[in-house]
Amino acid sequence: MSATTQSPTASGSRTPSTAGRLLGDRRLPVAVTALLFLVMYGVGLSRYQNYGFGEPQVFLNLFIDNGYLLVAAVGVTFVILSGGIDLSVGSMIGFTTMFTAWLVERQGLPIVVVIPMALAVGAFGGFLMGYVIHNFEIQPFIVTLAGLFLFRGLCLVISKESISIGDASVSSMAQAQVSLGMGFLSIGAIVSLVVLAVAFYVLHYTRFGRRVYAIGGNEQSAMLMGLPQGGTKIAVYTVSGFCSALAGLLFTLYIQSGDPLHATGMELDAIAAVVIGGTLLTGGSGYVLGTLFGVLVLGLIKSIIQFEGTLSSWWTKIATGVLLCAFILVQRFMTTRKKT
Amino acid sequence: MAEPRPVLEMTGIVKEFPGVRALSDVDFRLFPGEIHALMGENGAGKSTLIKVLTGVYSLDGGTITLDGTAVRIGSPLEAQQAGISTVYQEVNLCPNLSVAENIFIGREPTRGGRIQWKRLRRRAAELVDRLGLDIDVSAPLSSYPLAVQQLVAIVRSLGTGEGAGGGEGPGTKVLILDEPTSSLDRDEVLRLFALMRRLRDEGVAILFVSHFLDQIYEVCDRMTVLRNGTLVGEHLVRDLDQVGLVQLMLGKAMGQLDELHEHQLHSGAGETLLQADGLGRTGGIAPFDLEIKKGEVIGLAGLLGSGRTELARLLFGADQPDSGKVTIGGEQVSMSAPNDAIDAGVAFCSENRKSEGLVPELTVRENIILALQASRGWTRPIPAAQRDELVAKYIKALDIRPADPEARVGRLSGGNQQKVLLARWLITSPKLLILDEPTRGIDIGAKAEIQKLVVSLSEDGMSVLYIAAELEEVLRLSHTIGVLRDRRLVARIANGPEITTSRILETIASGEHQ
Repeated sequence: MSATTQSPTASGSRTPSTAGRLLGDRRLPVAVTALLFLVMYGVGLSRYQNYGFGEPQVFLNLFIDNGYLLVAAVGVTFVILSGGIDLSVGSMIGFTTMFTAWLVERQGLPIVVVIPMALAVGAFGGFLMGYVIHNFEIQPFIVTLAGLFLFRGLCLVISKESISIGDASVSSMAQAQVSLGMGFLSIGAIVSLVVLAVAFYVLHYTRFGRRVYAIGGNEQSAMLMGLPQGGTKIAVYTVSGFCSALAGLLFTLYIQSGDPLHATGMELDAIAAVVIGGTLLTGGSGYVLGTLFGVLVLGLIKSIIQFEGTLSSWWTKIATGVLLCAFILVQRFMTTRKKT
Repeated sequence: MAEPRPVLEMTGIVKEFPGVRALSDVDFRLFPGEIHALMGENGAGKSTLIKVLTGVYSLDGGTITLDGTAVRIGSPLEAQQAGISTVYQEVNLCPNLSVAENIFIGREPTRGGRIQWKRLRRRAAELVDRLGLDIDVSAPLSSYPLAVQQLVAIVRSLGTGEGAGGGEGPGTKVLILDEPTSSLDRDEVLRLFALMRRLRDEGVAILFVSHFLDQIYEVCDRMTVLRNGTLVGEHLVRDLDQVGLVQLMLGKAMGQLDELHEHQLHSGAGETLLQADGLGRTGGIAPFDLEIKKGEVIGLAGLLGSGRTELARLLFGADQPDSGKVTIGGEQVSMSAPNDAIDAGVAFCSENRKSEGLVPELTVRENIILALQASRGWTRPIPAAQRDELVAKYIKALDIRPADPEARVGRLSGGNQQKVLLARWLITSPKLLILDEPTRGIDIGAKAEIQKLVVSLSEDGMSVLYIAAELEEVLRLSHTIGVLRDRRLVARIANGPEITTSRILETIASGEHQ
């Protein structure tokens, strides 16, 4: 048993009961979100079975329609785990759609050349924000807010109007279907799942990933433990910038155009997905798997509202708001419990 | 003990800050296999010396020799790599990670960049076992109490020498423990000491800093005394008694403490000031009866977490009781908020003077005046002349240094901050003063002054409820001692010559007074 039980002063609060341990388990929020997803899916099945809700493709469409959001949310997960925040995600996605559309349509560059360029720009943008946050010790909220305005403004510098992409290789890429037997996935969906898997590996099996958790847990301690917290912080924002750019590319494929107003406010969707997925906004606790379920829950809300037919799409926002509020209250409850 | 070659030698150390010479020409040496205490009042240069040694501060003069070779230590990381590890007062670990990870983070065993979790956990478990600790290394650190976290921090600092590939590196030669015991209770301290002795026997040189003189005498072999940034002397602990040590630290004959020993405990035969009947709070403290007489000092003794603070908070209305009533001066008072208590003449000095007491950004004057102004209400400001006079009076009476009413409280030393907090409540001339750990983390000189003050206040007719971790302190000051155990007031003992710390310890241990 734990060493604490030997101390005569040990009271009940020191040796948590089974229930207390279960509540204190950091995996619990992920399980709750996964359960929520299953319940919602079950409700959808019972209500709309006659309308084809049970088709495997409806499930797979969640990945196809939300792949870009998943990639962006994975990037945001890194940032939030480290105790920071990234508000520039939506603007970065919008900028990437414009940048890509402009290079492909107006400059005639092949998409295979444009992809690495867009990713490099995104990663560099994230790097710059991380550099400023670390070296000048400025709140990430402010720095990435500046990034939000900057990249949205740059969209309009490229063009004030939307640029639709007619390039043949882009459309063939966008329409490519990877058959899974019972249905198919788009390239975007597959990329997003690969990103998820890589992020999981990085966070749990590399030193960099563990440093992200350590810094989110207690930055001061991380420094005194001799961890290079500056490099880690910059890297975290670079990862987020890279993921935003990749999400922008997937969004371009999904929507086949660039528009200065694309993905406005999507950073908030991404943050909502991360929080609903059980990651603590204070950092240090959470899993990318939770983020996947967070994105799926948000996607499922959209699907259900579509199947309902009579509801306005704004109900998606209302449902998201209610969920977010509920989950933050749950988090609050869990963290206060842990302290006692 | 034959004197082998010291593992660490610091000679002629100089460290200057703008306008202050924090260390001048200090020599210090540390032998393998010994526990060495670094002694001195607050501001004597202990922390500066440690920070120079651990690479947090750069050196302005002098040399550091480790194992016979001169070294330059530029950062905490370099110090660790050289075999100098530090465990600070606050546990500097990540509570969200597992114990094993906290021990190894930054040098996890990897293969091809992939962390080998099984190996990591196994090695952490081996390390913990070797030190005779019983800790589940896969549990999150936050599931353990502070004391165990402190031990984990030590385990981590020992592992720092080991290479990432699993090969044994130089290992920890010097372990610095900076006030590790300040928030531990007695049992936890004993466990820490057991670990320290074990490491000493393995040949590690341990530098130990603590405000508790008894602890120094219990565990240390040798000590170095600093005063005002200069070296006073190095002594074997067995050659220097406590009185001699205190004199060295203060640089003057120490009459103050002795005076306190002489202090006549006048009989607390005054009229009843406060009477609590069956006061209690679920989860806080079991219902208790307590009578406090006018001019009486009641000391609360008990282990950390035994309900000392909870009892005090109930009497101050900071927590709401579920049962019982409080009568102050014959009138029943509803203790629903601290304001009720303040109106009834109760003052409360919190144990967390930083987070629950002082406002560090405000000046000494503003902090002192805060409670008095609050009791008058904001519509009736205290006249400036009267205010300045009051502040000056208390700065002088309590010897707050610097004696500058415009100094920011955050810049004051711990002892002086405590005095400011005391002044704030004294100015409201309370009938009952509750002091929760007023002497924690402050140096011995300031401690003696605060204790003297308690005595004189009680002689002037103020009642004091005194909470302290050190039993000697409680015993020395109190007329009556309330013993707490497991959130229950188990005994009330009238102080007298036959009462000793061991008697009280027995009462705490057995839960009953013989």
